[in-house]
Amino acid sequence: MSGPWWATLRRELTLIWRSPADMVQPLFFFMVVVSLFPLGLSPKPELLALVAPGVVWVAALLAVMLSLDGLFRRDQESGALDQMLTAPVVSVLPVSAKLLAHWLLTGLPLALMAPLLGYMMQLPVPALATLTYSVLLGTPTLTVIGAIGAALTVGLNRGGILLALLILPLYVPVLVFGAGVVRAAVDGSPTQGLLAVLGALLALALSLGPLAVAMGLRISAGD
Amino acid sequence: MWNTLKRWYHQLGSPRYFYRFADVVLPWLWPLALIILAIGLVWGLAYAPVERYQGDSYRIIYLHVPASSGALMGYIAMGVAGLVCLVWRMKMAEVMLKALAPFGAVLAAVSLISGAIWGKPTWGTYWQWDARLTSMLILLFMYLGVMVLQSAIRDPRQAARAASLLALVGVINVVIVKYSVEWLNTLHQGATLNLFSESSINPAMKYPLLISMLGMWLLYAANVLMRARAEVLSRERRSGWVRKLVEGH
Repeated sequence: MSGPWWATLRRELTLIWRSPADMVQPLFFFMVVVSLFPLGLSPKPELLALVAPGVVWVAALLAVMLSLDGLFRRDQESGALDQMLTAPVVSVLPVSAKLLAHWLLTGLPLALMAPLLGYMMQLPVPALATLTYSVLLGTPTLTVIGAIGAALTVGLNRGGILLALLILPLYVPVLVFGAGVVRAAVDGSPTQGLLAVLGALLALALSLGPLAVAMGLRISAGD
Repeated sequence: MWNTLKRWYHQLGSPRYFYRFADVVLPWLWPLALIILAIGLVWGLAYAPVERYQGDSYRIIYLHVPASSGALMGYIAMGVAGLVCLVWRMKMAEVMLKALAPFGAVLAAVSLISGAIWGKPTWGTYWQWDARLTSMLILLFMYLGVMVLQSAIRDPRQAARAASLLALVGVINVVIVKYSVEWLNTLHQGATLNLFSESSINPAMKYPLLISMLGMWLLYAANVLMRARAEVLSRERRSGWVRKLVEGH
């Protein structure tokens, strides 16, 4: 349990653990956004059940995106990022550890929270398991893709909205399949195929994503 | 032949040679593109036969198809330029990447708007979340993303490299978006033009379409060359040959 990868993972987890507000904020955001919809649309159960897959998914996607804005910023301000890039290890190693830590403390809690919100949005109980699986499979992809955008905008002082413009179009496939599989579960159609596609997207993001994030960080650091 | 091509490619990689090349080509390319586009559009809009089911409203394809194909090819070209820029760090690839984006975004917008105008009489609605419409909209967003990122970073070389990475990720995304939204209901008709098999379009309608497509691509090329020439001048403003050029006039 030593080496640069474990060291980075432990450091990230410790850092987030010591400021629990950072971890709770995306979850809180997720809950608030989802609960706005019954108030804004109408509390009719059949209408809510119809829009629930999309609403829960869009809210989860926005929560991940907003949490990514600070992924590299604090490290850049403290100089830790430059240390990481100039360290004599392949920069993909610390980057992938950072991504894993971020997902463990953002994506995973979102997935655990999703069935509760789905239930509140009147999703039928059998579909709640599918919702959890889809968020579980989809959020790591969102973390990796979003980290590319966060890496490219880390040096710019107007991150937030720019980051959204860059990565929301890239989130479309995950959203389409993620919400699609929940809808299929509500209709009672088979869901394995669509879940497999989400897994395929995850495999693609995991294999190429960390490389792209590392490259983006190098570009932002001015090589 | 191969060696000539290779030499030409390397020469065009030099900003100075590129400037001279653009200077020679542009005065011809502009009128040529406009004339060909005008021939294709007038032929298509006024003289091509009327379509049996859609009547005259089908004629908007003479604008819609060239714009859509231009927007798609432009994004792929941006991806190629991005790859060259990240792997070989060619200066001209950076310039090209920046020059390709604005007109490509305009073409994507033209494609969406002309498609909407055609959709009203034909499908009965201006907008429908159909696979092709959605992917073109996402394509427009990604063009805008590349442009926004580029304008947000001050150093031009760093901006170009950041935009390259985004354009490359975007190319993968366009393909996935295309297939992912195809799983929803698709309203759009299949491809009408086919290079390798019989096209499902009457030759009297096909030729003006091919001509206006060629005209649109040439217009795009002229726009890119013009933007790239201006960018080269601004990037190389401290170099000797630009000074000489400015003082000479």
